[in-house]
Amino acid sequence: MAAGAVALDRVTIAYPNGYEAVTAADLVVGEGEFVSLVGPTGCGKSTLLNAAAGLIAPASGEVRIFGAPLQGLNRQAGYLFQQDALMPWKNAADNVAIGLEAAGVPRADALARAQDWLTRVGLKNFGDRYPHQLSGGQKKRVAMAQMLIRDPKILLMDEPFGPLDAQTRQIMGNLLLDLWAADRKALIFVTHDLEEAIALSDRVVIMSSGPKARIIGDHRIDLPRPRNALDIRLDTRFHNIQQSIWAQLRAEVIKAYGDVA
Amino acid sequence: MIARPQLIALQILVAFALIGIWYVGSSVPIFGTYFLPKFFFSTPQDVFMRIVKMFSGTTIWKHIGITLTETMLAFVIGSLGGVVFGFWFARKPLVAAVFEPYIKMANALPRVVLAPIFMLWLGLGIWSKVALGFTLVFFIVFFNVYQGVKEVSPVVLANARMLGLNERQLFRHVYWPSALSWMFSSLHTSVGFALVGAVVGEYLGAAAGLGYLIHEAEGVFDVTGVFAGMVILAAFVLVVDAVVTQIEKRLLVWRPEATQKS
Repeated sequence: MAAGAVALDRVTIAYPNGYEAVTAADLVVGEGEFVSLVGPTGCGKSTLLNAAAGLIAPASGEVRIFGAPLQGLNRQAGYLFQQDALMPWKNAADNVAIGLEAAGVPRADALARAQDWLTRVGLKNFGDRYPHQLSGGQKKRVAMAQMLIRDPKILLMDEPFGPLDAQTRQIMGNLLLDLWAADRKALIFVTHDLEEAIALSDRVVIMSSGPKARIIGDHRIDLPRPRNALDIRLDTRFHNIQQSIWAQLRAEVIKAYGDVA
Repeated sequence: MIARPQLIALQILVAFALIGIWYVGSSVPIFGTYFLPKFFFSTPQDVFMRIVKMFSGTTIWKHIGITLTETMLAFVIGSLGGVVFGFWFARKPLVAAVFEPYIKMANALPRVVLAPIFMLWLGLGIWSKVALGFTLVFFIVFFNVYQGVKEVSPVVLANARMLGLNERQLFRHVYWPSALSWMFSSLHTSVGFALVGAVVGEYLGAAAGLGYLIHEAEGVFDVTGVFAGMVILAAFVLVVDAVVTQIEKRLLVWRPEATQKS
């Protein structure tokens, strides 16, 4: 098996109270590949992502990054959180610059590069704003710049656009595609939104409902790139793909809500 | 929201109403009696004249200076101690667990009880008052910093780690600003308590300071002197509080307006 950027080898994740969230997950994400992880709520997709980030250690199995077993935090990865993760006491420019400053880049250089990144995410004149002065979408843009400025080789995203409204989500999706296309990196994108996953990804991986969630499907999305996340949804091929994957996902969603449905 | 000039006008109106009642009660006989006898309540005009007289000399500035010095020392030393111990306890749960009952005991102790001991140990000079203020300020800052460090958002922390910050950098860029924001949210309270410590200390035994002035006047049933001292003290508090508000605005620019006002 090729090494890939991220390889999960029979990864099982259990919590100290005995709850087994994910069971024996196998997943290889190649370099430059955009993979979405889709599943019903509470199926452990974020848990799996955190294992790839080194934020939690698997109970058994192994996480390999470019072929090497992962120990501790994944230093080669950038992580985009679902919740607000910006430091509220730093303005946008300082928030973006912090990753470089931590790596020892002189502050003036770091700030200059932060300004470039703010421009790239469309926030040229927002450098001196504090997070509470920014909208949800703007905060996400800052968070993206903050992650990308360090030039990580792997990008991990945990429902990053979840809290945003539908239109902002699609615009952010397009921005993400543009940034990703500039220098294709391995990207794992967790979402519960199948349409979003298909519009953005090379591959859509389906997880079963938890506990003891497993990976139950792996679909290649052969829609042409570059894509426009807004327009692609109107494409007939998009609909065909969506229908075939949804049939599988639907069963799991119903299982997850089994008690209430 | 009411406009600022109107608000100030209303605030001044309240002062006039209170002083008016005091004036009428103490200076205008109603059915042949004074409702607020001069011996117990003095009169606004007497108190005013006394304050003018006090400020025409230079000794009053010496007293204010002493009280201010004690307040600032108690605040600075108490805050430093609170920050250091707050951090230490928050980062070392074992230490926090072991000392928890002792901290609670020490905090529950009425500070007035300690005042005579501090005087015995540190004399009648400013340091016994600083010590009293310290015991008040320390706990406020300690609890706030402890809380601030413990309640750092786990997401912000995880994000900072993923951005490559090491322990030292986490301290500087995450724990420290978070703790500081909690400490500043209690700035008004802790400065107030530093002042209380200073004045109560002076009141119980000193040779200078605003508390001493009030105590001295009380000793000879000089109610006018007591009220004059209280008015000066109140004005002093307003000035200190205004300065604190300015400092707070400077340091907490990143805070949303709503929480800044509350």
